[in-house]
Amino acid sequence: MNNLNGERSWVEVAMYDELPVNSGKTVRFKDKELAIFRLTSGKILVIENRCPHKDGVLAEGIVSGEYVFCPLHDRKIDLSSGLVQNPDTGCVKTFDVSIENGKVYIDLLEKSEIAS
Amino acid sequence: MTQKEKLVVIGNGMAGVNTVEHILKLAPNQFDITIFGSEPHPNYNRILLSYVLAGDSKVDDIVINSYEWYKEHGISLYTGETITKINTESKTVTSDKGTTISYDKLIISTGSNAFMLPLPGADKEGVIAYRTIQDCEYMMEAAKNYKKAVVIGGGLLGLEAARGFLNLGMKVDVVHICDSIMERQLDRTASKMLQDKLESQGMNFLLNKQTEKILGKDRVKGLKFSDGSKVDADLVVMAVGITPNVQLAVDAGIEVKRGIVVNDFLETSIKDIFAVGECAEHRGIGYGLVAPLFEQGAVLAKNIAGVDTNPYEGSVVYTKLKVSGVDVFSGGQFIDGENTKSIKIEDEFSGIYKKVLIRENKIIGAVLFGDTSDGSRLMQMIRNETDITGFEKAAILQEPGENGNAGSSVADMSDEEIICGCNGVSKGEICSAIKEQGLTSVEEVKNCTTASRSCGGCKPLVNDLLEYTLGDEFDKSAQKETMCECIDLEKDEIVTQIKEKGLSHVREVMSVLGWKNDEGCSKCRPAINYYLGMVNPEQYKDDSTSRFVNERMHANIQKDGTYSVVPRMYGGVTNPADLKKIATVAEKYNVPKVKITGGQRIDLLGVKKEDLTNMWEELDMPSGYAYGKAVRTVKTCVGEEFCRFGTADSMGMGIQIEKRFERLNTPAKVKMAVSGCPRNCAESGIKDLGVVAIDGGWELYAGGNGGVKLRKGDLVSTVKTEAEVIEYTEAYLQYYRETGVYGERTSEWVERLGVQHIQDVLADETKRKELCGRMDTALSVLKDPWKEAVKSEKIQKDLYEVIEAK
Repeated sequence: MNNLNGERSWVEVAMYDELPVNSGKTVRFKDKELAIFRLTSGKILVIENRCPHKDGVLAEGIVSGEYVFCPLHDRKIDLSSGLVQNPDTGCVKTFDVSIENGKVYIDLLEKSEIAS
Repeated sequence: MTQKEKLVVIGNGMAGVNTVEHILKLAPNQFDITIFGSEPHPNYNRILLSYVLAGDSKVDDIVINSYEWYKEHGISLYTGETITKINTESKTVTSDKGTTISYDKLIISTGSNAFMLPLPGADKEGVIAYRTIQDCEYMMEAAKNYKKAVVIGGGLLGLEAARGFLNLGMKVDVVHICDSIMERQLDRTASKMLQDKLESQGMNFLLNKQTEKILGKDRVKGLKFSDGSKVDADLVVMAVGITPNVQLAVDAGIEVKRGIVVNDFLETSIKDIFAVGECAEHRGIGYGLVAPLFEQGAVLAKNIAGVDTNPYEGSVVYTKLKVSGVDVFSGGQFIDGENTKSIKIEDEFSGIYKKVLIRENKIIGAVLFGDTSDGSRLMQMIRNETDITGFEKAAILQEPGENGNAGSSVADMSDEEIICGCNGVSKGEICSAIKEQGLTSVEEVKNCTTASRSCGGCKPLVNDLLEYTLGDEFDKSAQKETMCECIDLEKDEIVTQIKEKGLSHVREVMSVLGWKNDEGCSKCRPAINYYLGMVNPEQYKDDSTSRFVNERMHANIQKDGTYSVVPRMYGGVTNPADLKKIATVAEKYNVPKVKITGGQRIDLLGVKKEDLTNMWEELDMPSGYAYGKAVRTVKTCVGEEFCRFGTADSMGMGIQIEKRFERLNTPAKVKMAVSGCPRNCAESGIKDLGVVAIDGGWELYAGGNGGVKLRKGDLVSTVKTEAEVIEYTEAYLQYYRETGVYGERTSEWVERLGVQHIQDVLADETKRKELCGRMDTALSVLKDPWKEAVKSEKIQKDLYEVIEAK
C-alpha cells in the first residue's frame, strides 16, 4: 500500500461486501476490540468498541447516519470524530480505514496517536 | 503576555464549581484555576442523591462535571485531598497531603456537614449521616444484610432517606422531635396529608420523640427515647440538619459566625478571599438549599472576573420533596400570621391541598400538596413581589390563561434568575441558547442546556421562555409530546399517516413525513418499526437495524457485553429432561451464573455473543423472549392440581395463555400471571394482565406493575370459562397494541385511557370480536427467532460473528 509510511500498521479485517449495512460488527486484534460500521452511504468507519461512559459495546448500538447510540445508556457518538454528543461528554478512539480490491483494512494505530 | 492570575477553589461541590463555570464563561483566559475536593469523585449533584438511593439513578448519572471537563478547561483538580491551612500572609493554601499552592484569589466553598447529634452511642457501627455518595453507597450495601432502619429527623432529607430504605426493601421508622413532619416547610394540613401518604407507602412515624441514647454493643441495636420507650434498629441515619464547614476559615482568622460571614459580593473579612454556598453566612442567613448557591455563584463570578454586577441580596427559597408519587412544594412564608390572608383549596377527595399566603396584596409564600404544577409560577410571583390587586383571587391557583390573568410573565425575570434548580441553568443561558442554536422545543432546550433534564419541574417555565423568546415564531404544535427530536408528530399522527399513505418501510415513513434526520435516532426507529408491524402484520418485513440490541440479538445484553439466555418454559412448568438439557448446555459453554428470574424462568447469564447460536441449537427450546418488548412470561401458582386451596387449574390456564401469545410484539414488555385462588401466590395483582380464579370464574386485572412505579392492577372483567379468559386477553392485548405509545407500559396506558374506558371496550362484544380477529392475524405470522438464527448462516455471520483479525 503505497500511501502508507512505516509507522502505520494496517490489518485486513473483512471483505467489504460481507459487512452488514447499518449495523456494527466486533473486530478483535490482540488486546484491542474495535467496532466496524458500514453505513447506508457506503462509508466504513471504525471506532474503539467501548463507550467512555460505562464501557458499553458500541458494535451493538443502533446506527443512524454517521452516529451510533450506545446500547447501555443511549449516549450518542459521532462515528467519524469519536465525539460523544451533547449534553454528554467524552470521546472514543477512531481508526483509519482503507479499502483495496474489495478488502477492508484498518490502521490499528489510532488517529490521536498519529496526530501527536 | 501578562501572567494569569491564580484562582484557587477549596471544595469541589456544586457551589464552587458552578462559580468556576460562570468565571470560565465571563473570562475564559484570565485565571489559572486549581480546585481541591475531599471526596474522591468529580463534582456531582448532591440534591439528586435521593434518586440514587431510590434506585432511579446511578452515581454516574448525577455527575455534573466529568474529569474530562476539568481537563478541557485546564483546571488542576485534586480529589481526595483536603486543604488544612490557609496562610493569609503568604497567600497560600496547604493540603493534608502536603501540597502547597499560592493564590491571588481564593474561594472557600467547603459546604456543610451533616449535623450529628451528640448522643451517647453515636459512634457505634451502623450510625451514619446522609450527605455524600459514600453515605449513599453505605446505605445500599447495608440494606443487603440488615432489615430495619431508623431515620432520626422528619425533615426533607430524613424523609427522602426513609423512602430510599423502603425501596431497598428495609423496614423504616422515622423519629421526629416535633408532632408534625417537615414542619419547617409545611403547615399542619399539608404535613398531615404527607404523613398519611407516606404511611400508606409503608413508612412508620414515631413523632414527639426525643432520642436519649443509641443502644448496642459495637453495632447499633436500637434507640432509647426520653419517655423510656425503645425501638429496634440495625441502621440509624441522622438527618437532623447541617453545620457549615468553617474550621479552616476560623483558623485563618476570617470572620465567622455560624457560617463564614460574607457581604453582598460574597467577600469575606479578608481581602481576596471569598466564600460561597452552604459554608457562607449572608445577612445572618446560611442556606442549605441549592437555588441560593447558584444565585450567589453568579454574583461571585462577576465580582472575581471584574464584571459589573448587582449585589446579592438574599434568596427566596423553595423546597420540593423528591419522593416518587408524592408531590410536595413549599416556598417563602407559609404559616398564617398577623396581617396575612390566605387562599386555600383543599380537595380531600383527590388528595390536593394548595395554600397561598398574601400580605399587603403581595404573595409571600405557598404550600402545595398533591399537585405542584403551580410551584414555579408562584415562586416567580413571590420573588417578583407581584401585586395581585385586581387579580381574580381564586385564579391565582390556576394556570394563567385559564381564568383571568393570574400569571406573572417570564419577561419580568432577570437573566440571572435560575430556571432549573437541579442543574443551575439561568433564564439568560436558556434564552441565548434558544436564540443562538435556533431551538424550538423543550426537548431541544433540555438536550442543549440540561435544563429540566433532572426532575422536570421547570418544564412549564422552559416552555414559557420558548414562547417569550421566539415570539411569533413560537410554534405551539411543536410543544406537544412528539415522538423524539427528529419529528414534530405524535404517535397517533404517525400511525394515522402510515395507514392513510400505506407506508411500509422505516425509511419511507421518515422521508414521506419529513424527518429532520435522514436515519432517525434510537428513539424513533424502534417505534416506527413497531407501528409498521402492528398496522400491517402480514406484509411488514421487520427491520432488525431498527431494533434495540436485545431484540436484534434475541438475548439480553449485560453490562459487560455478554448476554443472558432464557429458554421458554410455558407457565413456569418444566420437566427433568429439559432441566438436564439446560444443565448440560450451561456446563458445556461455561455459563458463569444460572438463576431463576422473577418470572419463574431459568436465566443463563454471562454468555459470549459468539456462543449464542450454538447454545440455542443445542438447547433446541423456543426463545423465552426475556429481552423483548413482547409477551414475556405467564407466572403461575400450583393451583387445584396440588394446592389444598386452589379452585382452578392455574398452571394449565397459564400454559394456554403463554402458548397463545408467545412472541407477540407489544408497545412495552408484558408480564402476566394466573393465580388459582384469591390468595394470589402468582402475584397477579401487579402484572400487566393478572388472572385470578374465583369460585366459578376468573377475574382479569389490568395495568398492574411491580417495577419502579408500583401499581396495583384494576379489575376490568370477570368471566366464567377458560375460553373467555383467552378471548378477553386477546382483546385486551390487541387494544393495548393498537393504542399504546411505543415504550408505554400497560400501567401508564391504563391510567392514560382510564380504567372505565378499557372495561367498556372489553364489554362491547362487537369491538371485542374485531380486536380478536386482528390479534389472530398478528399471531399468525410469528416465528421463533432462535430457530431462524440457527438455520440461517447469514444471520449468524451478520449478527453473531466476531472478526478475529491477524
